[in-house]
Amino acid sequence: MTISYYLVLAAILFTIGAVGVLVRRNAIVVFMCIELMLNSVNLTLVTFARSTGTIDGQIMAFFVMVVAAAEVVIGLAIIMSIYRTRRSASVDDANLLKY
Amino acid sequence: MIEVPDLSFAALAPLLLVLGAACLGVLVEAFAPRDVRHPVQVTIALVGTVGALAATLLLTVDFERTVTAGGALAVDGPALFLQATIAGLGALSILLFAERSLDPARSAFVVSAAVPAGSPRDRELLTTPRVQTEVYPLATFAIGGMMLFVAANDLLIMFVALEVLSLPLYLISGMARRRRLLSQEAAVKYFLLGAFASAFFLYGLALVYGATGSVRLSEIREAASVDGSGTLLLLGLGLLIVGLLFKASVAPFHTWTPDVYQGAPTPVTAFMAACTKVAAFGAILRLLYVAFGTAEWTWRPLIYAVAIVSMVIGAVLGLTQTDLKRMLAYSSVAHAGFLLTGVLGLGSGGEGSGLAATMFYLLTYGLTTLGAFAVLTLVRDGDGEATHLSQWAGLGARSPLTAAVMALFLLALAGIPLTAGFTGKFAVFRAAIEQGAWPLTVVALLASAVAAFFYLRVIVLMYFSEPVPDGATVGVPGIPTTIVLAVTATATLALGILPGAVLDLAEQAARFVG
Repeated sequence: MTISYYLVLAAILFTIGAVGVLVRRNAIVVFMCIELMLNSVNLTLVTFARSTGTIDGQIMAFFVMVVAAAEVVIGLAIIMSIYRTRRSASVDDANLLKY
Repeated sequence: MIEVPDLSFAALAPLLLVLGAACLGVLVEAFAPRDVRHPVQVTIALVGTVGALAATLLLTVDFERTVTAGGALAVDGPALFLQATIAGLGALSILLFAERSLDPARSAFVVSAAVPAGSPRDRELLTTPRVQTEVYPLATFAIGGMMLFVAANDLLIMFVALEVLSLPLYLISGMARRRRLLSQEAAVKYFLLGAFASAFFLYGLALVYGATGSVRLSEIREAASVDGSGTLLLLGLGLLIVGLLFKASVAPFHTWTPDVYQGAPTPVTAFMAACTKVAAFGAILRLLYVAFGTAEWTWRPLIYAVAIVSMVIGAVLGLTQTDLKRMLAYSSVAHAGFLLTGVLGLGSGGEGSGLAATMFYLLTYGLTTLGAFAVLTLVRDGDGEATHLSQWAGLGARSPLTAAVMALFLLALAGIPLTAGFTGKFAVFRAAIEQGAWPLTVVALLASAVAAFFYLRVIVLMYFSEPVPDGATVGVPGIPTTIVLAVTATATLALGILPGAVLDLAEQAARFVG
């Protein structure tokens, strides 16, 4: 099993996440797509740790997880606050600021 | 057995002070009684930031460039210069946050961010004299993250610092007391786009790690000197740059900037415009000069292109704005382009005055833009700040001093001689021309001329139009805002008339370690 399969899988996951951010309308789903991108990075890091024979990549994956967890806390708090006011988490409804 | 990395506490003192103040602020928030919190929090935040400024200045006395914390942090000239800039601008922003006499509701920040906007409870809280103090530790954490960002000698530390500075900013940009819907919308947009951009940065980090086997900037440079054209490395570099350009609000990654600048509470906008810009450019400079300095042909065309796009988009779209906060946001995009002109002033082999010029420009731009946003907090109508252009008509007749100070900042942003903006622009353009980037400088001059139009339009509006009957009133600033205005206006003039000392300082500081 070559290492490139994992890298390709990670790249596909990252792309799915990035496209999801651009096309989905619900803020929670957009946020989940961002999490998918972060997790695809974790897969890439662990794969490279294996291929370069260093442990740094695995340690970095832990850092990414912790930061992603902190980001979830902040993100859900912000999305919750806007949802409680508008009764909608759609990013299309948030359109007061433009031009 | 894991070895303890060497830690030079003296070199880390500025960071430890700010982050320590932030942690202390969280404890105060939890344990101090509500009525003493505001003065205590402001004091802690100010002691932390001003202390950090003093510590960086002390470090420059018989100063030695070092790498500490197991090689993860660089304490060198650019790091100290930019840390001092961020700490100073951060302290001024904290003062703006602490202003209590302008708004009848006593503060620019919502009492309880958890109460839904427009609910009966929210209307009840709008008029209470209670103020919210969570913003001070949050802002202090952001300042700490920014100071870490410019000293990061390691992509992983850079990523962690990026998040430490961004996460509090997402929150405080959603905490306006008035126009809460706009503010919350700004926070959601900033958060989603910011997280999106940091995912790109992170993927770039992973690819660079795969290509070089390390995330340490010096080791990346060695690998890049040997094989600068590796696909993986170039792809990684591109993604890293995208992540950083987003934070620096460089077009075409600027789309969040106008919305967030307009929606966020004005003191927060001032803080973001000044400090985030400095931090993001500090990281861009370090990444490009230290890690990819020997492979500059890989990034030079890219930076060249985005610099032009950023200047043109910022200047042209700035023309069409009718809201002052949005106008200053587009001005920030244009200034990001001018700053990139300075970034391109790096010669092959590391010489050239690009680094010093860019650092000086960051200082002048930070001071000027902070001052401009501070003036915006003064001009108000019944529902908070009056930021629509038409409301500023005839301000010169009604409040000559406010109008004069605003005119000074606008002239400095436009780059008129005898203001800091001119010296800064001159320095970056000269650095770019020295490296043969004169076509870019021509575009930059044209963009400056276009941008000057919309700055001067505000001045003309203030001085040469009739005041509208139900126009804005000018509030009497309290001590904090007065200090901010005095410091920024004095510095804007001083750096325009006698820039020599600070330029020399930037010149001496302009050498990276590692």
